[in-house]
Amino acid sequence: MKQFSTFVRKEFYHVFRDTKTLLMLFGLPVVLIVLFGFALTNEIKNTRIVICDYAKDPISTQLTELLSKGDHFKIDKILTHAGEIEAGFKEGKIKLAILFPPGFSQELIHQGKAEIQVIADASDPNTANTVTSYVHSVVLNYQQTRALAKPESFQIIPELRMIYNPELKGATNFVPGVTALVLLLVCVLMTSVSIVREKELGTMEILLVSPINPLLVIIAKAVPYFLLSLVNLAVILLLSVSLLDMPFNGSVFLLFGVSSMLILAALSLGLLISNSTASQQTAMIISLMGMLIPTLLFTGFMFPLENMPIALQVIANLVPSKWYYIIVKAIMIKGLGFSAIWKETLILAAMTVALLFISFKKFKIRLS
Amino acid sequence: MQDIVIKTDKLTKKFGDFIATNQISMEVYKGEIFGFLGANGAGKTTAMKMLCGLSIPSSGSATVAGFDVYTQREAIKKSIGYMSQKFSLYEDLTVIENIEFFGGIYGLNRKALKEKSAKLIEQLGLQPEAAKLVGALPLGWKQKLAFSVAILHEPKIVFLDEPTGGVDPVTRRQFWDLIYDAADRGITVFVTTHYMDEAEYCNRISMMVDGFIKALDSPANLKKQFNVPSMDEVFFELARGAQRKAD
Repeated sequence: MKQFSTFVRKEFYHVFRDTKTLLMLFGLPVVLIVLFGFALTNEIKNTRIVICDYAKDPISTQLTELLSKGDHFKIDKILTHAGEIEAGFKEGKIKLAILFPPGFSQELIHQGKAEIQVIADASDPNTANTVTSYVHSVVLNYQQTRALAKPESFQIIPELRMIYNPELKGATNFVPGVTALVLLLVCVLMTSVSIVREKELGTMEILLVSPINPLLVIIAKAVPYFLLSLVNLAVILLLSVSLLDMPFNGSVFLLFGVSSMLILAALSLGLLISNSTASQQTAMIISLMGMLIPTLLFTGFMFPLENMPIALQVIANLVPSKWYYIIVKAIMIKGLGFSAIWKETLILAAMTVALLFISFKKFKIRLS
Repeated sequence: MQDIVIKTDKLTKKFGDFIATNQISMEVYKGEIFGFLGANGAGKTTAMKMLCGLSIPSSGSATVAGFDVYTQREAIKKSIGYMSQKFSLYEDLTVIENIEFFGGIYGLNRKALKEKSAKLIEQLGLQPEAAKLVGALPLGWKQKLAFSVAILHEPKIVFLDEPTGGVDPVTRRQFWDLIYDAADRGITVFVTTHYMDEAEYCNRISMMVDGFIKALDSPANLKKQFNVPSMDEVFFELARGAQRKAD
């Protein structure tokens, strides 16, 4: 135990004396949060749309007004003929068109349901997705206020429910993703580099011929990064709640518990990488490429996983941050407890245990 | 009869078909400076790894400090010190912190450590530098410090793997003074080197060629045996028959 604390103290010396690393450790999350929170938001404002209203009845007019009220849409034109819609798309002037069929109100009142057509420019699928969902939420809002005023039942199709994030804020999506990204990057990078550095400097040899258990060497190395990652997590959460108005409805305890799991998984990945590389540069490149790309692609916060081909969805299931992302969203935004996320947590835990096992198993005593 | 601290009998290490160390047998005595020589790739490192408890032999037997290399490797690690060619202290730690760290991992308690490190710093005349980062010290000082740290826990044997690579002759000479001091205190010094003047400083040397020990005696006897005036030529005589190419 005495040996262990000696070791941990030494690791802290390394961390706190390396100002560049320290800057990265704490600068990266702040920069990412601010960047994703403000600059790279996927919230889309002032989309130009056209409305083709064949009905020209009270409900269609009310809906049109509601659509133009928020800052999501800017109505370019009200058309009278559907043939003109295509021209608008071709010119690239509009991203979305809404078409009310003739007799819309009557159909709605008499049959209880009616359709409106929403046409989106899908050349940019993310934007199309987002703007159509704005339409859905406007329509849904209208239905709800109508239902409250007059208890008549009717339905405007298609229906899509937007819960938990009715304003479709960008931050709620990005913060859990960025959290996963930061934890993975920092932990994998730092552990692999710090172990490889000992190999490069030749101090690993000294440690291996000393009576200290090699496993202890590894665990002692992980301790500072583990603790600093928890501090990092706290910084991210504070920033996102205070600066980005992120909701935090769930248990802080649960969130830190689950995050610890991801951190452990990341630390063992770092160990695995350090095992197969001999230079700090290689370790750094592998960690960056190996973490950044899968995390950005397969976590689900940049690109919706549902739209991916099955093969890629299967791959995404192997990425720990995907599960972490689901869990964090559930805890932070929906305020759900452990009973709602036990399945995802179990998967993440299994991954962590497997990674720890493999990396300890593969950790070799080498001297050459 | 001198005390034997290292004894090997037909110690062999194979990697597949490749026999890195082939049936080496030797005895090293307490307080002796034992030079372990050989061209690159001759099998020195492999032999040393087995003796340090880092690698399990394929066959043969060996004891280090009285402990078996197959079954008592943890006990061996506690009885030896090690210093390698690559300079191996932490440059971003101070002199004191390095001493305390390496002493600490050998299980020295805090009080003993404080006393020892104070004494060591005084001996080396490093008082003004004690709180400075090791990275700021000249290479010669770093190596002396590294050696002192390697024997801080008073091991029975200290293994030095090309300890003086890249330093000037004067510093090397000073470094050897430290080695003599340690040997006088009864610490066995097991040293590999490529410098033949250093080989002359050893009490006895062994020469490895292609995994075998080709010669083992005092430098004076070896020169007599090969009828040459210097260790350089002894080395050349032995090594030119080598089949293996150094990599």
